[in-house]
Amino acid sequence: MTDTSSHTRHPVLGPRALWTGGAILIAVLAAFLLPARLAGSPDAPLLPVSEWVDAAMNWLVRDAAIGGLSLSDVTRALAASAQWPIEALQKLLAEGWISGAGFNKKQILPPASWLGVTLATALLAGRLAGWRLGLFTIAAGTYIATFGLWTSAMMTLSSVLFCVLAALILGLMLGIRAHRSPGIEPTVRAVMNVMQTVPIFSYLLPTLLLFGYGPSAALFATVAYAMPPMVHATVLALQSVPPDTMDLARMTGCSRRQTLWKVELPVAMPRLAIGLNQVVMMTLNMVIIASMIGAGGLGYDVLRALRRLDFGAAFEAGMAIVVLAVLLDRLTQALARKQSAGLRKGRFGRDLLIAGALVLIPTALSLLVPALAIWPKAWTISVAAPLNDAVSFVNQRFYDPLEALRTFALLYVMNPIRDMMQLLPWPVVVATVTIAGWILGGVRAAMTVAALALFIVVTGYWAAAMGSLYLTLLSVLVSLAIGFPFGIWAASRPRTQQAVQIFLDTLQTLPTLVYLLPAVMLFRNGDFSALIAIVSYAVAPAVRYGIDGMLHVPSERVEAAAMAGCSRWQTFRYVRLPGALPTLLLGVNQTVMMALSMLVIAALVGTRELGQEVFTSLSQGLAGPGIVGGLCVACLALIIDTLLKAAAARATQQDRSSHV
Amino acid sequence: MSDRSKAAQIRSTAEVVLSVSGVWKVFGASASAFRNRAPADRTAEALARDHLVGAVQDASFDIRRGEVFVIMGLSGSGKSTLLRCLTRLIEPTEGRIALHGQDILTLGEKALADLRRRKMGMVFQHFALLPNRSVVGNIAFPLEVQGMDRTRAEARARELVDLVGLTGREDRLPSQLSGGQQQRVGIARSLATDPEFWFLDEPFSALDPLIRTDLQDEVQRLQREQSRTAIFVTHDLDEAIRLADRIAIMEGGRIIQIGTPEELVTRPATDYVRRFVAKVPPARVIRVGSLMQAGPVAASGVSVRADETIAEIAAKIISNGPVTIAVTDRNGLLVGALDRQRALETLAVRA
Repeated sequence: MTDTSSHTRHPVLGPRALWTGGAILIAVLAAFLLPARLAGSPDAPLLPVSEWVDAAMNWLVRDAAIGGLSLSDVTRALAASAQWPIEALQKLLAEGWISGAGFNKKQILPPASWLGVTLATALLAGRLAGWRLGLFTIAAGTYIATFGLWTSAMMTLSSVLFCVLAALILGLMLGIRAHRSPGIEPTVRAVMNVMQTVPIFSYLLPTLLLFGYGPSAALFATVAYAMPPMVHATVLALQSVPPDTMDLARMTGCSRRQTLWKVELPVAMPRLAIGLNQVVMMTLNMVIIASMIGAGGLGYDVLRALRRLDFGAAFEAGMAIVVLAVLLDRLTQALARKQSAGLRKGRFGRDLLIAGALVLIPTALSLLVPALAIWPKAWTISVAAPLNDAVSFVNQRFYDPLEALRTFALLYVMNPIRDMMQLLPWPVVVATVTIAGWILGGVRAAMTVAALALFIVVTGYWAAAMGSLYLTLLSVLVSLAIGFPFGIWAASRPRTQQAVQIFLDTLQTLPTLVYLLPAVMLFRNGDFSALIAIVSYAVAPAVRYGIDGMLHVPSERVEAAAMAGCSRWQTFRYVRLPGALPTLLLGVNQTVMMALSMLVIAALVGTRELGQEVFTSLSQGLAGPGIVGGLCVACLALIIDTLLKAAAARATQQDRSSHV
Repeated sequence: MSDRSKAAQIRSTAEVVLSVSGVWKVFGASASAFRNRAPADRTAEALARDHLVGAVQDASFDIRRGEVFVIMGLSGSGKSTLLRCLTRLIEPTEGRIALHGQDILTLGEKALADLRRRKMGMVFQHFALLPNRSVVGNIAFPLEVQGMDRTRAEARARELVDLVGLTGREDRLPSQLSGGQQQRVGIARSLATDPEFWFLDEPFSALDPLIRTDLQDEVQRLQREQSRTAIFVTHDLDEAIRLADRIAIMEGGRIIQIGTPEELVTRPATDYVRRFVAKVPPARVIRVGSLMQAGPVAASGVSVRADETIAEIAAKIISNGPVTIAVTDRNGLLVGALDRQRALETLAVRA
């Protein structure tokens, strides 16, 4: 195996390696000879891209018009029309119908009772996923209600429901369109790829400008953010319909509509349901983040509590987010599983009646018993105070070791690496990544990578990007150092592995904001907290791919190694590890992507990098810098993605060729 | 296997219902310019030179009513492409496909859909069942597409469930059926609209050997009961011999021989066909009619029918008896005599 691959590798890598060395040398020399403006990190943008974007956005918002109808009028009208269904949902779930204001306030209809909603959801959960999830639902509902978080939770939920519906319909339509006309499919995919790597905040800015400050802007941003995976899932799901089945549709003389509704969509349904799950989870994440621009709900509770340094309250609201996330995830997953096992209609009608009764009866009763509508303030349970005490106790008691750890990491590891990376002359970095792209993926990859890197240079975000890169790379290294060995270890123990998988599944459903809480509780604001938060978020894919990589190695090869008398270590070193390499590389890629998406959230705890630039622009309402900064994060992500995917493809190829 | 005896009869008497002439399917960059090519530029070498793939090259044949026409070849020989050209699932590059004299290549989208709804049924290699529909729902699907109301469609579907031996499993989902049962559903569905033409695209190659034999029997039984014009694609020579009235053998996009199983075995047109059929014991395909001496003979105890194969009458040949065996036609009239010695020799020839 090593023999053949080294033979095939040599002629390819040999001259390239030489070229690489030469090119790096020239680049370094050039960097020192270049005028000062080009060395190190350019401070001012070479091209005022963000001003252009600003101007373009301003033009869009103020002047763009088609036949006397300005774009902003259209978007504001859209916002207003979206206002109605979302308000109806919020009234139904959270507030109830109220007439008048102040002292004249009169409740016409109460909101759906928490008891009713909980029981109806529990019924649904029980039917879809079994009684355990039903019990969990009841516990979750009780927790949220008795801790006084019900109204916030329902605000969040109504936003989620609205956005999921919108993203689902739009995503399906776009996906079907893209599938039907293969010409536009690559374009749609490219746009959707970029959209998925642009950080959350960048979605908020243009929507703020177009739709005005308020809940509906947040909703539009959420829909825009959560739609790409649905489009992607739709295209994939439709492509997965077997060719024989498509032939069947034609042979039975199906019209286009019959083909879509009777053949394609039903056959693709299990995969579409998986897309739905992703949309729901991304929507929840975004809705939580969007609280910052006034969508209200649980995310807002967390942020408000964090600003007051009331960790207990933040934790309570955070836990409500967690149970909501877990519940939504399990429900949609169960739906997807039911879909692939074939859904039976039979009892559906009866269940619907029971669920209706479960909601209506407590809601009607809540007119007599107000506690059924909104849990009375006086009965609200809170563990915030003892929690706060515990946090301050830990912080006081363990101040020295915690502080020592933080200071050591910052002074001796993090800051030096950051300084070093920011001192690197940008031509060297650009040249290096370009050459890496060329070696790994050929000319196309090199051009892509170079263009993306130059975009960052040109827009003047180089220093900030290096700040992001340093934090990302460091967190990725730590995540991999923890995740891979653990995953590899867990892979050999089926029981442990199962438990780990369940744990990881749960971890990955949590909205990003939740991860900040423990880090900030222990280490206050700053880069170190950000590192902890990012690592705790990004370690999950590292573990997962570690496990997958090991399980992925063909068992014949392991058996062959055993028959050849390999020791455990030899088997690992010469058979398992090389076999797992492609998967592990994909795992690195996934870890980087997760780290980058968390990076932007981590800006909330005060980092100095791209995420911070975007976040600051958001708070100041500066569209240009915000959007361009966001695009720079996307560029970083795409550079790393291109390089690692190319590396994984190469590794797979070598693995295959050694197979023969 | 009495239905196989139709072959001779079909060739002489039944009308031609599907006439294929000069059908080409060429893949490649300049496939559209193919029509302008001179015959000299249509050889395998010329196509390869211009980076064209001639998946189907100049296919011509006639199929008569009630005939089972098997297209057989190895993978990549173009057999499935040819079948798909006949149904226009793949658009032929050139040629004429006449159904009852009407060239279906000139049909518009609507007319083609209508033709497929009314006259064609197809069985697929990978079953192509709709996973969200029950057995009955799947079988009723073509009827629903035609616009039949649900109750009527399902009533008809239930009849077909019985026909293919799935009684009691009407409400199962495809995922709850074995592969063989799934293809039974596929067969029932293809017959739901009582089509005149029955297309089967390697219907049994995804099944294991025992189930395959069962379903071959099933197809034979269905052909006996309600004889249809069937076009059957397979790579399995054994299957082809069992089911076919005539077999077209394809190699590299070209049909190299069309004939009854007996003709292929006894008079292979090329070396390729010879190697292909080399493993077939002649007794399996040679019929009594080919070996007998025609003319009036004296009747004695045992008799065989002219359309039976030597293998089918093996027991009668090896049992003791007179030197010749009487041969009758389907109606029991004496038509000739079979020399026992000659029959024994045929029986003894190993592949």
